Amino acid sequence: MLNFSDLLPYTDVFLGGLATTLQLTLLTTVLGVIVGTLCASIRQYGNKPSQRAVAAYVELIRNTPFIVQLFFIFFGLPSIGLLLTPWQASVIALTINLGAYSTEIIRAGLSNIPKGQWEAAKVLGMNFRQTLVRVVFTPAFEKIYPALTSQCIIVMLGSAVLSQISVQDLTYAANLVQSRNFRAFESYVVTALMYLGLAMLMRYIFGLIGKRVFAFREAS
Amino acid sequence: MIEFSNWDILRNLLFAMQWTILLSLIAFISGTSVALGLTAVRLTRNPVMTRFVKVYVELFQGTPLLMQMFLCFFGLSMIGYEISAWGAAILSLTLFTSAFLVEIWRGCIDTLPKGQWEASRVLGLSFLQTLRHVILPQATRVAFAPTVGFSVQVVKGTALASVIGFVELTKAGTMLNNATFEPFKVFAFVALLYFALCYPLSLCSKYLEKKYHVAR
Amino acid sequence: MSLVKLDQVHKYYGDFHVLKGIDLDIKAGEVVSIIGKSGSGKSTLLRCINGLEEYQQGGISVDDKEVTSEDIQVRRLALSVGMIFQNFNLFPHLTVGENIMLAPTIVLKKSKAEAQTIAKAMLEKVGLGDKFGSYPEKLSGGQQQRVAIARALAMNPKVLLCDEITSALDPELVGDVLKVLEQLAKEGMTLVLVTHEMNFARDVGDRVVFMHQGKVWEEGNSKKLLSDPETEELKQFIGAVL
Ligand SMILES: Nc1ncnc2c1ncn2[C@@H]1O[C@H](COP(=O)(O)OP(=O)(O)O)[C@@H](O)[C@H]1O
Ligand SMILES: [Mg+2]
Repeated sequence: MLNFSDLLPYTDVFLGGLATTLQLTLLTTVLGVIVGTLCASIRQYGNKPSQRAVAAYVELIRNTPFIVQLFFIFFGLPSIGLLLTPWQASVIALTINLGAYSTEIIRAGLSNIPKGQWEAAKVLGMNFRQTLVRVVFTPAFEKIYPALTSQCIIVMLGSAVLSQISVQDLTYAANLVQSRNFRAFESYVVTALMYLGLAMLMRYIFGLIGKRVFAFREAS
Repeated sequence: MIEFSNWDILRNLLFAMQWTILLSLIAFISGTSVALGLTAVRLTRNPVMTRFVKVYVELFQGTPLLMQMFLCFFGLSMIGYEISAWGAAILSLTLFTSAFLVEIWRGCIDTLPKGQWEASRVLGLSFLQTLRHVILPQATRVAFAPTVGFSVQVVKGTALASVIGFVELTKAGTMLNNATFEPFKVFAFVALLYFALCYPLSLCSKYLEKKYHVAR
Repeated sequence: MSLVKLDQVHKYYGDFHVLKGIDLDIKAGEVVSIIGKSGSGKSTLLRCINGLEEYQQGGISVDDKEVTSEDIQVRRLALSVGMIFQNFNLFPHLTVGENIMLAPTIVLKKSKAEAQTIAKAMLEKVGLGDKFGSYPEKLSGGQQQRVAIARALAMNPKVLLCDEITSALDPELVGDVLKVLEQLAKEGMTLVLVTHEMNFARDVGDRVVFMHQGKVWEEGNSKKLLSDPETEELKQFIGAVL
């Protein structure tokens, strides 16, 4: 009854979708973590009003569904004159989403840095920015790296929703294939497994990067 | 064309929100029950069973919730199990919720010091007695905050049921958008309503975390 | 008659040979101090005696019953062997009283009233009669350790194993705990202690067992052994701790 070979003619469709999902993930992971790092620094060290603004952003995003954020950006913003392609809307939505979650995660790392580190750097004559970048970031990120990895994977999996604004990602491919060959079960199983593979791949790659970045542990 | 006032939009959304709440409640309760069962299975330390739970968690945490919903809805009916959008949403949200909760709870149980098990053992407590009197009372306290915190993910997860055609808050939003052509307003309302549901849960989770963190 | 008897006990962690043929014979009422460098296998030895760790060769018996790490065995053993840990391991969600009453009620099936009477008596004994309703976190380390002793005593054990029970305490709190042990020794309780308190081992203990590299390197009367060690290793060890 199950027949996976009916999927074979659509290999290119699947691969195209996979490529789109990969590209979007790569791009928005980088952008999202940058946004998160900036916002976390503001949240931890900024003045009161900017701290409040970041907190509001984080709470707003964390307490609403991604699909609603996406619809708001893609359908809502054009009505106030900001026209976006599905791809642009996706990049913005994913970045904003990951940015909010990673802000919260990275801030936890920053707040864990002992005061003594700051004082030691000050005694050595380093200014705020130098201390943050050279002294604080590495141990802070090391601490929260597993949580950050998991969050990036969650956002990647959440990107399946982009198919709803006709971004031709992996989920879009699955829908397309099953509408052509009426093999919904097979198509979705295969796609789900591809997502699973992507998630494992991300964990692996994050692990490799982490090993390099936090290599000072091995040396000691 | 019918004119929609702000109140009309809000009224329709509020009505649909009832379904979001109901779906969230059912998914959370059934997800919790399944997670309890899986946690019990894991605690038996039977290697085969532990392995099963591990694969279960990996599978449902490692694939998109939307894909799980498609599989439950279109996939199951294709292979002969008719299921409504409502049923598919509940089924997939239950799987999703239980996979995350079982993992969250594993963390809570495993972070208890090994000494608690050993002290119980040398006092002569059986495995089940240790669980019941020593481990679970402590683990549930620790687990309270993250479990409530996860309920936010469940509420947000129900939004995906809109994609398979179940009319809850998000679906009502897209329908109203099609009728009013006021996407900015409609989706802002939708977002605010979700916020009104989720933010109190987030606050509650934060409060619990503080409370039990201090108590330990 | 011997209460605890070890006969050529060998224990491995994987390939690592931790205990290399331990013979030991402890009589009822004896106070035996086990000393030795960190990593020499002292904790492992204690944990084998009460079945927390399994051993691969030889035999251990307590009160003429064989010890294995089978769950059911450990539970039977718990009735005759009490153990106190370096970091107390009190149950933080239970009051001091509940900590002590838990095992007597659910393992020995004593009534609540009976368990309460025992708990209060044991707390008096360790000098903490007023702490029955307190939670462990409100107590000092020394007080927590004395509660742990009371908890073990409430099971009316024949022998009490103590693994460096004063090592995690602030120096000024050590005395209170040692005093309790001394009292127990006077009352005839059999004690097996891993300890770094040489004065205590000499003055209160009957016998000292010096462990080195997984073996009983030297043993004998505590006063004699500590003032007049035979082996080079023990001389070095005593030199290092004094
Ligand atoms: N669970 C374990 N797994 C592997 N090796 C262990 C374990 N527990 C202890 N060891 C090793 O066994 C040796 C003896 O440990 P232990 O009995 O704790 O020594 P002591 O109490 O005398 O300091 C040490 O080298 C230690 O590293
Ligand atoms: Mg030790």
